[in-house]
Amino acid sequence: MALNELTGTRVRERRLALGLRQADVARAAGISASYLNLIEHNRRRITGEALDRLAQALGVETGALEAGAAGVLAGALREAAREPGGEGAELDRLEEFIGRYPGWAGLTAGLQQRVGQLERAVAALNDRIAHDPHLGAALHEVLSAVSSVRSTAGILAETEDIEPEWRARFHANLYQDSERLARGAEALVAYLEGAEQDTTIRTGTPEEEVDLWMAARGWDLQGLGGEALAELGSEAARELAQDQIRLAEADARALPEGPFRSALADLQGDPVQVAARFGAGVVAVMRRMATLPEAPEGVVVCDGAGALTFRKPAAGFRPPRFGAACALWPLFTALARPFQPIEAVVELAERTGEWFRVRAFCETGHPGGFSGVEVRQAAMILTPLQAGRGPGAAGPVLRIGPTCRICPEATCPARRERSILGGT
Amino acid sequence: MAGETGPGGRRLARHAMLIEDEPHIAEAIRFLLTRDGWQVTALADGGAAERALRTARPDLLILDVMLPGRSGLEILSAVRADPDMAELPVMMLTAKGQGRDREAAERAGADLFMAKPFSNAEFVAAARSLVET
Repeated sequence: MALNELTGTRVRERRLALGLRQADVARAAGISASYLNLIEHNRRRITGEALDRLAQALGVETGALEAGAAGVLAGALREAAREPGGEGAELDRLEEFIGRYPGWAGLTAGLQQRVGQLERAVAALNDRIAHDPHLGAALHEVLSAVSSVRSTAGILAETEDIEPEWRARFHANLYQDSERLARGAEALVAYLEGAEQDTTIRTGTPEEEVDLWMAARGWDLQGLGGEALAELGSEAARELAQDQIRLAEADARALPEGPFRSALADLQGDPVQVAARFGAGVVAVMRRMATLPEAPEGVVVCDGAGALTFRKPAAGFRPPRFGAACALWPLFTALARPFQPIEAVVELAERTGEWFRVRAFCETGHPGGFSGVEVRQAAMILTPLQAGRGPGAAGPVLRIGPTCRICPEATCPARRERSILGGT
Repeated sequence: MAGETGPGGRRLARHAMLIEDEPHIAEAIRFLLTRDGWQVTALADGGAAERALRTARPDLLILDVMLPGRSGLEILSAVRADPDMAELPVMMLTAKGQGRDREAAERAGADLFMAKPFSNAEFVAAARSLVET
């Protein structure tokens, strides 16, 4: 029955009939063997030019491989019926269902697909956290060193009549354990950063996908169109990306690169003064500063609820992708005090010895006029201070983290949830 | 040696056997217990543990859950299966958050758990509580 034959199944059958290996067909079609494998098992859809090339490699017309829309739909619906609770689905009347209620059928198939994606995402995340041997080993190493430090330090502090030989030995142990701790902490941070950058599991939210997509382009979004957008997997991600492109283009029009760079030089990079010179918003200026080509600055923008709507990391500073950020960020101080410049020198909790000059600013808008609501937006720009030079005379240093879950600051009064980095 | 008595019939030194692969933790425990009047034998590897236990006949066994050679749980099961040692008090050292290990050790018959990192005073008090009847 033609209805059941999906493109992948047809590709596989044709290839096997010709006695060809996946790797050879994939090479001829200009795709990877693992991708072809996913296609053959109907786990990836293939259309357009790639399908044409694949058809050529298999010596058939493209049309012979294409599953009818109804075929795709029927496959997804059969899959849905195999889920728990699907026993009552009238599989024998599947064609009638698709024919009579194409809209409902399409919706059910789409939901089924989404459930599959989410299940894979949950499994991947669960796996990463619960069974990751690297994370487990790194945590165990840190915990062992901490145990040793606690006992040894306790002995040194509490034993008044300790023999000099023992004292010397325990001091040496402490020193070694502190080095071990430093290495362990570094390994953990590297692991967590690596996990953030891992793009192989394309299961995240549209926001995550767009973040990676922007990072891959060095945050230079001007003039991007259909081809770049096609790399994004979901319609939601493409819409978000389009908004970001529009925003970047508006910023670039209001703050053209040449004059903007000279203004930054004239005004010592003060976002408020630069904004005044161009008659632009301070949030826009901060975003533009951090997204100029090769800019070392990081920037985060949030809405009135504190949700991050734009994030560009800086060396060592990685804003969280989901969940709320560190409550101590000057960004949120600014959010509560619109139009008041907030400045601070910060040290990142997990990276002692690296400082940032941080400036934050909040603007309000009233798109609906007097009778409309207030829309609040705040931005925070982080300029790395030279490594090893220290914060200088800039005043007290504020220690901030990325987000509670991966922050090691044990005694933070603003902590909202436990950290996975410690047993406290 | 564990059975030795001094004047007045009091035991001279209670004997603890410690099986812990982290040398600094082992050193700290050895110091703490020795100061508290214990005799301590420390092993770093699980493989040799059982033979050493049969020879030394300690009053208390302190066992790390994660060990090279033979896991703490395997040693615990072997101890409980041996009629001569079935009553030996066993303290398991676990890492905080290792809920699954702890459940398994509970089933295997550990008398007490000490989560790392531990406080020294708590540790010594726990060791005493296991041998004082």
